[in-house]
Amino acid sequence: MIKLIPRVENSKAMIFLSPILALTLTALSALVIFIFILEDIKVSSVFFTLFVGPLTDSYYFSELLVKAAPLMIIGLGLSIGFRAGIWNIGAEGQYVIGGIAGGAVGLFFYDVEGFWLLPLMALAAIIGGMFYASIAAFLRIRYQVNEILVTLMLTYVAVLFLSAMLQGPLRNPAGFNFPESRIFHDSAMLPIIWEGTRLHIGFIIAIILSLVAWFGIKKHMFGMQIKITGSAPRAAKFAGFNDNKTVLYSLLISGGLAGLAGFFEASGPAGQLTPGLPQFYGFTAIIVAFLARLHPIGILFSSLLIALSYVGGEEVQIEYNLPSSITQIFQGMLLFYFLACDILIKYKVVLNKSKN
Amino acid sequence: MNESLFINIIIGISIASTPLIFAAIGELLVERSGVLNLGVEGMMIVGALLGFIVQFHTGSPFLAVFAALLGGMAISSIFAFLTQFLLTNQVATGLALTLFGLGFSAFAGRGYTEETIVLIKAIHIPFLSDIPFIGPLIFSFNPLVYLAFLMVYLVWWFLFKTKQGLILRSIGDNHDAAHAIGHNVVRYRFMAILFGGAMAGLGGAFLSLVQVPIWGEDMTAGRGWIALGLVVFASWQPFRIILGAILFGGITVLQLHAQGFDIRISAQYLSMLPYLATIVILVSLRIRLKNKTNRTVPNCLGRIFHSTS
Repeated sequence: MIKLIPRVENSKAMIFLSPILALTLTALSALVIFIFILEDIKVSSVFFTLFVGPLTDSYYFSELLVKAAPLMIIGLGLSIGFRAGIWNIGAEGQYVIGGIAGGAVGLFFYDVEGFWLLPLMALAAIIGGMFYASIAAFLRIRYQVNEILVTLMLTYVAVLFLSAMLQGPLRNPAGFNFPESRIFHDSAMLPIIWEGTRLHIGFIIAIILSLVAWFGIKKHMFGMQIKITGSAPRAAKFAGFNDNKTVLYSLLISGGLAGLAGFFEASGPAGQLTPGLPQFYGFTAIIVAFLARLHPIGILFSSLLIALSYVGGEEVQIEYNLPSSITQIFQGMLLFYFLACDILIKYKVVLNKSKN
Repeated sequence: MNESLFINIIIGISIASTPLIFAAIGELLVERSGVLNLGVEGMMIVGALLGFIVQFHTGSPFLAVFAALLGGMAISSIFAFLTQFLLTNQVATGLALTLFGLGFSAFAGRGYTEETIVLIKAIHIPFLSDIPFIGPLIFSFNPLVYLAFLMVYLVWWFLFKTKQGLILRSIGDNHDAAHAIGHNVVRYRFMAILFGGAMAGLGGAFLSLVQVPIWGEDMTAGRGWIALGLVVFASWQPFRIILGAILFGGITVLQLHAQGFDIRISAQYLSMLPYLATIVILVSLRIRLKNKTNRTVPNCLGRIFHSTS
């Protein structure tokens, strides 16, 4: 019989070892899946392309950073709410609304030059995302309606809204009725920081934001507040922390950041608004936040890891004609294993030869 | 109103609401045992895929439905194992289950996106189904529609009329006390989660076996999440699930008919209705309860249980 004995203190070693164990188990599972589904292709070469390939080729490496940026930004915002037990699961919707808001400003000032345009678009995107998340905050504070369901329902609404906008007001007038906006002009496009690739300034901002969040959570009262609200709600109440404020601020922060990420995607790699704007980043960022144990610096690494699986997935799709949905399976599996391995932190696993 | 239009609307509502009834009644039992499984969407899509594949290859509706049921159960067992034995966070694990289910079915179903199958047809009982008005209204639904109603009744009967049901509810309300008097909390919860998985799989299969004869990786379109909302709306009371599901079915049918009538609103705005309605309904429920705490919420919902003895 296997028994779980609670540890007196959380195991420090396991905090670092359990993610490595989870990664190893995911890789092993991937290996088993490949052995099953691959017939004439060598398993080792697919394996290599998927997990190592993006690191060896400069184009794929730049794409990895391009994909890590939105995951990092959204993941940071989500981690703040998750710490306080506020589950913003609809970051995808706030991302879409941010993209629409930022893009709409860019399209409104079409052909107007100016250094102020990008900051204005970013501001519109942040406000858009904040507004969208604030609906869930309002309903939770005023009516105690579960924010998981509200943010999720609003995600479906946001995607439909994007589609309506692209067939209506934001459609390219010269676009032969395709549901796409005009291509943004140069001053509405994010500066490229690596010549010849799609890597834009958003990546740098994402890293700065991680550092700010890290510092903020460590030093600022609000960081303390969300931590305590999440881990000891009763203590937080006695300490006089305002529950409603925590709900509002963490939803506003995560919504605003998701909105910013949506704008980066629209003004960066996409260069226009299309129905392809939602890329599941809002959902994948949930995995990113958990893998990092909600720690800002951890998110820096976990977003790179998940981005690696995205790019690797695209590579095996191109080279071996394998479906890119395999990435999603691995991401889901990684989260499963990760959650499972965490038991080793709080519990000791003991094999006891019991008499029953 | 035109009689056949009325009957068509009723049939339309039954088709739109049945997947929600299946998924929600399963989740209701799970939540009554004190477990919150946010993986409904993922379990539904797996059921939809497996039902479709088996129907495509065997042409046997019975086997197809059975496969969907087993598929939902199988994927829910991952959640059950992780949350019950490895004591993982239920919110995170449920989300992982949804993401995994969506990825898995997109991957496993990639060869079937161009195929079509024979839909499961509504029943036709000689004489009974031919009675004017009453026949089509009572005796001519899809067999799975009747099954959904039966499941609601059975869950109610189990929860409130059997000893095991009483134990399950007591576990949901106070797992430590239930454990102390000798009930196996983990076993009850494990079984409840598997039942929830089977029902979600069945709800998913209804989409691909009755609603449309095709398979698409986004065909659940948030119905699993709406089902979760329905459980809250129903205040964890089985029969209210039917009421809520019919409300949603009604909105869906209304939206489809409005599109047909060429009302000058973009189709996208009409398609938003079911999602917005979910929010409105959850808010109206809270207004009705006038900010009192909801007494019917299982006390231990989402809490981790670990016996030290």
